[in-house]
Amino acid sequence: MLQFIIHRLLWLIPVIIVVAAVTFALMLRAPGGPWDLEKPMPPSAIENLNKQFGLDKPVWFDTQGFSDARDAGVRNPITLAGELLDTQFFNYLGRVFRGDLGPTYASVGSESVQDVIKDKFPVSLRIGLVAITFAVLVGIPLGLISALRQNTSVDYVCMFLSTLGIAVPTFVSGLILLIFMSRMLNISPIRRPDEWHGFFSTAYLLPGMVLGLGTTAYVTRLTRASVLEIKQQDFIRTARAKGLSRTNVTIKHILRNALLPVITIIGPAAADLITGSIIIENIFGAPGLGSSFVTSIGKRDYSMLVGVTIFYASLIALANILVDISYGFLDPRIRTSR
Amino acid sequence: MSQTAAEFADLTLQDLAETEALDEITLKQLARPSRSLWSNAWRRLRKNKMAMAGLIYLAFLLVVAVFASAIATQNPVRADVATAGTLRQAAWIEDPNPLKTGSWDYPLGTDSIGRDVFSRLVYGTRVSLVVGFIPMLVIMFVGVPFGLIAGYTGGRIDNLMMRITDMVYAFPALLLAIIMQISFGGSRVGSLLNGLVLLFLSLSIVNWTGVARLVRGTTLSLAEKEFVESARASGASHGRILFKHIFPNTLGAIIVAGAFIIPTAIISEAVLSYLGVGLRPSVDLGSPFPTSWGQMILDGSKFYQAQLWMLLGPSLAIALITLAFTFVGDGLRDALDPRGID
Repeated sequence: MLQFIIHRLLWLIPVIIVVAAVTFALMLRAPGGPWDLEKPMPPSAIENLNKQFGLDKPVWFDTQGFSDARDAGVRNPITLAGELLDTQFFNYLGRVFRGDLGPTYASVGSESVQDVIKDKFPVSLRIGLVAITFAVLVGIPLGLISALRQNTSVDYVCMFLSTLGIAVPTFVSGLILLIFMSRMLNISPIRRPDEWHGFFSTAYLLPGMVLGLGTTAYVTRLTRASVLEIKQQDFIRTARAKGLSRTNVTIKHILRNALLPVITIIGPAAADLITGSIIIENIFGAPGLGSSFVTSIGKRDYSMLVGVTIFYASLIALANILVDISYGFLDPRIRTSR
Repeated sequence: MSQTAAEFADLTLQDLAETEALDEITLKQLARPSRSLWSNAWRRLRKNKMAMAGLIYLAFLLVVAVFASAIATQNPVRADVATAGTLRQAAWIEDPNPLKTGSWDYPLGTDSIGRDVFSRLVYGTRVSLVVGFIPMLVIMFVGVPFGLIAGYTGGRIDNLMMRITDMVYAFPALLLAIIMQISFGGSRVGSLLNGLVLLFLSLSIVNWTGVARLVRGTTLSLAEKEFVESARASGASHGRILFKHIFPNTLGAIIVAGAFIIPTAIISEAVLSYLGVGLRPSVDLGSPFPTSWGQMILDGSKFYQAQLWMLLGPSLAIALITLAFTFVGDGLRDALDPRGID
């Protein structure tokens, strides 16, 4: 089991390297440089900034430095490799693994990407937590009820709602809710910036619930399908036959076994919630990381885009690993087969 | 050799009738003209009311997209200068200001620069359908052969190919699409067809991995089946086994997956356009793809307090099209794979 966990965690390293390399390469050929501000800077200032951020170095491999060092008689492979890899990309990669995502271009170096993440991510995290809590608290009971009342009107209503939740993107349901609230109820769901402070601010509730709609629908469907399957198992009949109460059987025997497959959606849900948060935060004006990401698209702040993408990608990869591991812990059959 | 399962079933039934002397009535009840898997699936699909409603709505959208120029009441790009700043309301809304009062020439009112919202909605159908179908086809052209080869060859090559898919799969699809759009937005590819060609690429660059994994899994399990073994024993080449025996049996799963890829691509396009990195806004009066629903949402989200339909129209359009595709996808899954993978 431990070996399995280590193996899965090591997989993160190549993932981060490849994500970093690809986003880095794409950003390199994007139009406009990092210093294209409204008022152009003097060339000497740009040169200084380039030197400060290491942008005067070659991009991928420093073959020049490598052959210079070799001609100078250096034969130590580590020093030679160091010369070869003293480049924009590999210096960046090295800093990434030390947790330094570099300065944001928009702030001309006064603020680093990890500072922005540290500052903004808690807001996104709280919205995401509301979303997951909502999905679990609503989705599991709905799925259970509709499975226990299979083919009744309750079941049909639940299934129709969950299809709606899966089909309609949170992007659209968020907008429709926004229209509904401001036109019909005359309340603006967009909160003032100061209302987003504090852990239990009510401002998080609405965007969190909208963000969680899709996940709620998936949880409902999955719970229903797996309860339907468990319901027919022999051990449920045995439990009933030995005279256990209905609630006892439902909670201890059915639900406990049925919840296992539901855990698998945490991985895809993490990806869903992250991409969803970019839009939802924008719609509801939440000052989270998703909003900052959208702002940096407009500002063409490449270091921010690359940094946040790496951050999100590792987050999603981590969620998937967590699912694999928790699955191993929860299902003894999987644990022993490894 | 090429007997279908249904024909085979009929044969054994007749054998059964001879040997076990089933009486004629039972035989008549049981025997029916043999049907192929596809006609069976189509029969099941037709019984599914939701799926048929979805199909009819999609057929309707196809008609709207093709005959957009005949249906639209105005040119979707031409601005009505008179109402440019005033935001004409939807046709049934009265307003003290005559320029704001609705008119059936502009059924859903006009937008901030006086373009007809209804006509833009009609033309937007084109982009949504195209941006749903073409990335789906690209994904299939890459994902299906990839999965077939990986699953069929197995061993080292399979391992390597799956590592590659795992790697690509690790990318958050929407984020990579955003970065692709920014990076290539100004290039030659980015300007083809208002940026549609670039969108096709951005929307398929990560999502082929899902199909590749699905096809590989199906191929792996099919490769061990008896009919593949017997084909190999009778001297069929690898190509023949792959294309005549394995590929047709993966089609059901592929079609179902395709039905769910389309709405995802449509939503992604809308999101990219909403973020301002999707389709390029067109000012060309004769452009076949002048706008997309995502772009309209971007415009509408700034003005929805004053002109509701600028936002509500495209939002509902996207909700309905994704709903229709989901119903059709669910129906196809029930029809093609009664056991269900869900």
